[in-house]
Amino acid sequence: MARLSPMDVYKALPGINCKKCGVDTCMAFASKLIEREMTPADCPPLFEAQYSEKQAALIKLLSPPVKEVVVGSGEKAIKLGGEEVIYRHELTYFNPTGLFYDVDDSLPVDEIKSRVSAIEDFGVDKIGRTLKLDGVAIRCKTGDAASFGEAVLAATETTELPLILCSHDSEVLEVGAEIALDRRPLLFAATPDNWEKIVEVALKNNCPVVASVPGDVEGLLKLSRNIRSAGISDIVLDIGTNTVGDGLAETINNLVILRRLAVEEELAEAMYPILGVPMVAWIDAKSEIDAGFEEATIAASQLLRFCDALILHSTEMWQNMPLLNLRLNIYTDPRVPVSVEAKLYEVGTPDENSPVFLTTNFALTYFTVASDLEAAKIPAYILVADTEGLAVEVSMAGKKITPEVIQDIFSKSGIEKLVKHRKLVIPGVTARIKGELEDATGWEIIVGPKDSSMIPGFLQKTPIA
Amino acid sequence: MNLEELLSSFAGADEIELENVTIDTEELILKVQQALIASGMPSVAGVGVSPELAPLEYKVPIREYKGSVAEVQLGATKSEGGTRKHVVKLGAQKSLYWFEGGIVNRPVVTFDVFDVAPPLPRAIREHVEDVWHDPAEWAKKAVKMGADLVTIHLTSTDPNNQDSSPREAAKTVEDVLQAVDVPLVIGGSGTPEKDPLVLEKCAEAAEGERCLLASANLDLDYKKIAQAAIKYKHNVLSWTSMNINDQKSLNRLLFDEGLTQDQIVQDPTTGALGYGLDYTYSIIERMKIGALKGDEELQMPISCGVTNAWGARESWLNNDAWGPREHRGPLWEIVTGTAVLMAGADIMMMLHPLAVKTVKDIILSMTGEKKSRNVRYEDWLTV
Repeated sequence: MARLSPMDVYKALPGINCKKCGVDTCMAFASKLIEREMTPADCPPLFEAQYSEKQAALIKLLSPPVKEVVVGSGEKAIKLGGEEVIYRHELTYFNPTGLFYDVDDSLPVDEIKSRVSAIEDFGVDKIGRTLKLDGVAIRCKTGDAASFGEAVLAATETTELPLILCSHDSEVLEVGAEIALDRRPLLFAATPDNWEKIVEVALKNNCPVVASVPGDVEGLLKLSRNIRSAGISDIVLDIGTNTVGDGLAETINNLVILRRLAVEEELAEAMYPILGVPMVAWIDAKSEIDAGFEEATIAASQLLRFCDALILHSTEMWQNMPLLNLRLNIYTDPRVPVSVEAKLYEVGTPDENSPVFLTTNFALTYFTVASDLEAAKIPAYILVADTEGLAVEVSMAGKKITPEVIQDIFSKSGIEKLVKHRKLVIPGVTARIKGELEDATGWEIIVGPKDSSMIPGFLQKTPIA
Repeated sequence: MNLEELLSSFAGADEIELENVTIDTEELILKVQQALIASGMPSVAGVGVSPELAPLEYKVPIREYKGSVAEVQLGATKSEGGTRKHVVKLGAQKSLYWFEGGIVNRPVVTFDVFDVAPPLPRAIREHVEDVWHDPAEWAKKAVKMGADLVTIHLTSTDPNNQDSSPREAAKTVEDVLQAVDVPLVIGGSGTPEKDPLVLEKCAEAAEGERCLLASANLDLDYKKIAQAAIKYKHNVLSWTSMNINDQKSLNRLLFDEGLTQDQIVQDPTTGALGYGLDYTYSIIERMKIGALKGDEELQMPISCGVTNAWGARESWLNNDAWGPREHRGPLWEIVTGTAVLMAGADIMMMLHPLAVKTVKDIILSMTGEKKSRNVRYEDWLTV
């Protein structure tokens, strides 16, 4: 799909520059629509009768090839899909893969509640932000609608997180959907056997629906069309998930096929978000550790192959940290610059006795060091050298962190006038060039820890001033 | 006429022709459905609108590509002038995805071995502690643990390390060649003024073995390395720092030295998971797509230093809140490896045995050599 130009979008706007959206011109508003910084709802005149044709044209124009499906309600609702491209470098990916964690209805209510709380409370800090899980998938393991209803009730009482209700039995899903009314849960799943009944439940309760046909792309596309024809517009596709082996390769191939059909061929039946279930690793698993590694491996491969939502089992930190970091990386906007300006930065209110740290201008490196110092409440200067946006280890290997580069930032920054001492703390992995840096700066070079998280302990042992 | 009346008027018709109307079908279907429910009528299927509207027009989207990736052979058998029992062939893809053209040469994993071990994270140390003072023994163990080939990093040649001589480095390479029968990657110490001398001497000692000399880059005398590769029949790793234009420039310079596409492997630098992996991922995708579109400066296999995953603090830092690092560390490397593999890497330099095994399992999944466990997908609902 060719990227929209502001002119394309402008043609579908009233074109009266009324400024009611808060932007000076309709053309500027068009740009904001394309970048998804604003939505058509921000343009009041568009909803006047005289512009109804334009309104319809605009909404059609702005619909991405992968429909954006909202699961959940309120602040914690999550948008699945909404993607425009296959390769992130062509633009960016928009809505990070939703990570849902299972809970089953055979557990006692208090255990359900504590597991749901654990999913909600899970968080890991990463450069000043917290990486979180997104939702709860409630499985009907008992096969009993009443038990399922109790589990859904327990979950809704515990969390506002989006829910996926999981059963092939429409009666079970109906009970769950009624209890979770107004929460807009995702129903898993309609299959070629049960779809008509599931669709009824979905229509009655205004729920998005997963269409599930494992391993059969054509069957899935037909089912998706049937469901759409029956009046459901919010569909999520499930092509099945296999364990590591030839089956996983098939899963991955099918994911690529589906997304290509959506984005490159705009085949209506394929233009929906895709869901994967790495939790299959837990079926007949040898051990919890084995299952944990396999689940994470499957999840990583599906996250990289366009899955917009995943259902997982393990809430272990060691397993989820890598996945959350992968999601963070892949869904980072590639248009945002890699580097920060090479200059002197201050953390807190440093004085003439504050330590001076050296690091590189790779944005993530700088923010990591700065946030570690902030967290430890250490007022300091950070000299950021121009390593062409590379991280410390890579800069060392690639000879981007050299005495010349350091000398340059040294003289430009005026650091010599700001502190009384003459000590520069360099990253541990740059120890090799300590001597050269001493010659270049005339300062005492102190080899710091390998990781900036260790700076507080390091400063206790090695006072600067 | 309200919607209900409209619909009932459709009931007996075989065909309905609409003229001069624009309808958003999705919208109409939704409204019809809502009207039906509101009026207590049976579902759409019940009023004679078949859900099977039209045959589904769908073809597996397989693309035609103008270009292809060159094939690079690492290692040479006796009849080819070397002493390797196994050779490794990289690249030769004519398409982007596995289902489009099959796997021509499966991606491979090379184990990192050091002549002087750097400080390694504990999770790795415990697997190699018994051999890490002897690169030849280390190489043997690496092969036992599943390495397709071995990379010997001559870190001791660094003037700030032991400053060992090119001649001593060459001796180490000879020892490793003796110890294992897989192809070798020969790595320097990352010292621009010395690496060309070290690699030249090692290339001479390993003449005819078709090793991969790692690496030529823009900050050192790449000409010397290229000439050594040509003279002693090796391949060259063309290494740049996350910049596709630099990568093209260096490849071009290596062509100018007389190397051909089938003697070059490219390394755009691998950022660790959480620390720049996104750049690597997208650069590899762009390189592969560029190669298949016909860009001759990018049509070489791609190598990735997956070991860089261990540069991320999350892989090695002891932190109770982060869970056991003996699992966290290898998984960090596995996820980094999975990402570059799926972006299009052909050769991955790796460090942890479990990470090597897991990434190889994914590769063997692609080729079909590893079978999935026999489980029913639906069973996750009730497991």
